[in-house]
Amino acid sequence: MITLDSTSESSLPRRMGRASIRGRLLSTIIGFGTLAVVTCVLAPLVGSTSISLTRALDPSIPFDQNVDAQIFFVARLPRVLAGALVGSALASAGVVLQAMLRNPLATPFTLGVSAGASLGAMLVIIFGGAFALGPLSAVPAASLIGAAGATAVVYWLATRHGHAISTSVLLLAGVTLNSFLSAIIMFVQYLADFAQVYRAARWIMGDLDIGSYDPLIASLPLVVLAFALFALLPSSLNLLSVGKDAAAARGVDVPRAQRLAFVSASLATAAAVSLAGPIGFVGIVVPHLVRLLVGVDHRIVLPASALFGAAFLVACDLLARTLLSPVEIPVGVVTAMIGGPFFLWLLVRKS
Amino acid sequence: MAARSQKLVALVAFAVVVFLVDASRAQDQAPASAPRRIVSLVPAITEMLFAIGAGPQVIAVSSYDEFPPEVKALPKVGALIDPDTERILALRPDLVIVYGSQSDLEKQLERSGHRTFSYRHGGIPTVLNSIRDLGVATGHRPEADKLASSLQSRLDAVRDRVKGRAQLRTMLIFERQQGTLRDVYASGGVGFLNEMLTFAGGRNVFADVSRESVQPSVETMLARAPEVILEVRASGLIEKTPSPERDAWSALSSIPAVRNQRVHLLTGDYLVVPGPRLAAATEAFARALHPDAFK
Repeated sequence: MITLDSTSESSLPRRMGRASIRGRLLSTIIGFGTLAVVTCVLAPLVGSTSISLTRALDPSIPFDQNVDAQIFFVARLPRVLAGALVGSALASAGVVLQAMLRNPLATPFTLGVSAGASLGAMLVIIFGGAFALGPLSAVPAASLIGAAGATAVVYWLATRHGHAISTSVLLLAGVTLNSFLSAIIMFVQYLADFAQVYRAARWIMGDLDIGSYDPLIASLPLVVLAFALFALLPSSLNLLSVGKDAAAARGVDVPRAQRLAFVSASLATAAAVSLAGPIGFVGIVVPHLVRLLVGVDHRIVLPASALFGAAFLVACDLLARTLLSPVEIPVGVVTAMIGGPFFLWLLVRKS
Repeated sequence: MAARSQKLVALVAFAVVVFLVDASRAQDQAPASAPRRIVSLVPAITEMLFAIGAGPQVIAVSSYDEFPPEVKALPKVGALIDPDTERILALRPDLVIVYGSQSDLEKQLERSGHRTFSYRHGGIPTVLNSIRDLGVATGHRPEADKLASSLQSRLDAVRDRVKGRAQLRTMLIFERQQGTLRDVYASGGVGFLNEMLTFAGGRNVFADVSRESVQPSVETMLARAPEVILEVRASGLIEKTPSPERDAWSALSSIPAVRNQRVHLLTGDYLVVPGPRLAAATEAFARALHPDAFK
């Protein structure tokens, strides 16, 4: 039995005074916030090319002739910001789903959102299509549509019998939808040309090299909305992770909290995947590591994971773009190579 | 005059080597009789077969074959990862052309007594040698030798035409996500595209990367600062002004090619197939790189 997180611990921090939780929250945010900010400030200064920051920020050189400035502002900065946005969205979605499903192995991709997004992206990569949805180009737009479709199907299945979401149905429906959509993806790939299959496979490995601010601007509203919903959740998550009945007994509107958790986590995941592809391991490693460091209270875990997730993905992408330059390592490979062994170590150590 | 005679000596030496190599090959592979039922699973080879006059002997091709137009009427028997072995055997071929990685299929065919011809993509020398080998294997040796030498002389003519002009630092792109600069695939310093670029008077900005393809990040593209960006695609991407695909580059204005409007978009399946049309493709590259040399 894996008992890694809050599901096993029922001594809830209710008794703790408001002042004390505020103090802990403040110190956590300062600690993890500093880490995130330092990572995001340092990351654009490093890369496969060495640039001069003074030259990059020199306004007397016209921008279209300033290579250093373009590397800094067009290549690196959007990439680091995308890493921060995606990392914090995936880590937070992981925290929320692990608590709601009472399953420490839940990830943002457990409920089929990423498979839906992948199918959308595959279809455009393989069959082509030159449409755009506002600032979204074809591939991200299609993956967002795919994610929305998968979320809607899972939600409908899990709420069909009555008002509340059945977490077991949610899990099973999500896992089944994942395999089903993966089968369709395989079929679509089988019909395609080698070059397109390769590109499709590459998309699944994740990529933060967005090369402009437009994709960020497109994803930002979704992520902001998801985080606004996350902010309503921590106390209910503390109780939900103990059990539905316990939560209901303590006055939590369980169906509402579950819907909120599911919708917000799906929104964050969809935005992240459409921006950068399904980057694995962030959504499972970061929450567990954070719980190890700060305990199980979601009022602390959630903001800490959001900040740590940003730092983690930005750091992984830094390795991805520098280790083998001029060739890059797909960022999803880096997160998995760091995250996989680390997670196994965590499992062994705990049991 | 001295340079000319040196060149002649080199040419003769080359011809002798080719002859010797060919003679030994011819002994190894000399067919009892020329095959009359050829199945080709490699589109580039299909093109070569038709170009050396072995087209009428081809009875089936891969599912990706589109050129020459005659192949459209032929049965399709799968391709690299999904060859339809049963159908191939049912067609009673006397020569099956397989790709180098299809070793299982090759063994299976050899066990059942079928002659095979294995091929792997390589540089231009591989293409020319394959044409000569196919000539021997199919009984079209004179035509094949003629085609190979005419391709070589067309390539040399392109090189001579742009000789003395600045070797432009070029990024040769063959794939990217439409309308964006994500998912960019460029030619590395190995392979036929890189060699064609060199004949056409360009210097690959990724010549130092000893792979066929590179996936450069935006940062790498900015840092390599190519003077010309040559984008080639089998289909899609059409050169027109204003072009949304060219506009995708405008964000990277510090790249000289972008600033000086030297982003060239070329479309056509002949551009990306390592077959008998590669001389035409090299000429197209050279026209884009050095338009003045063709006035």
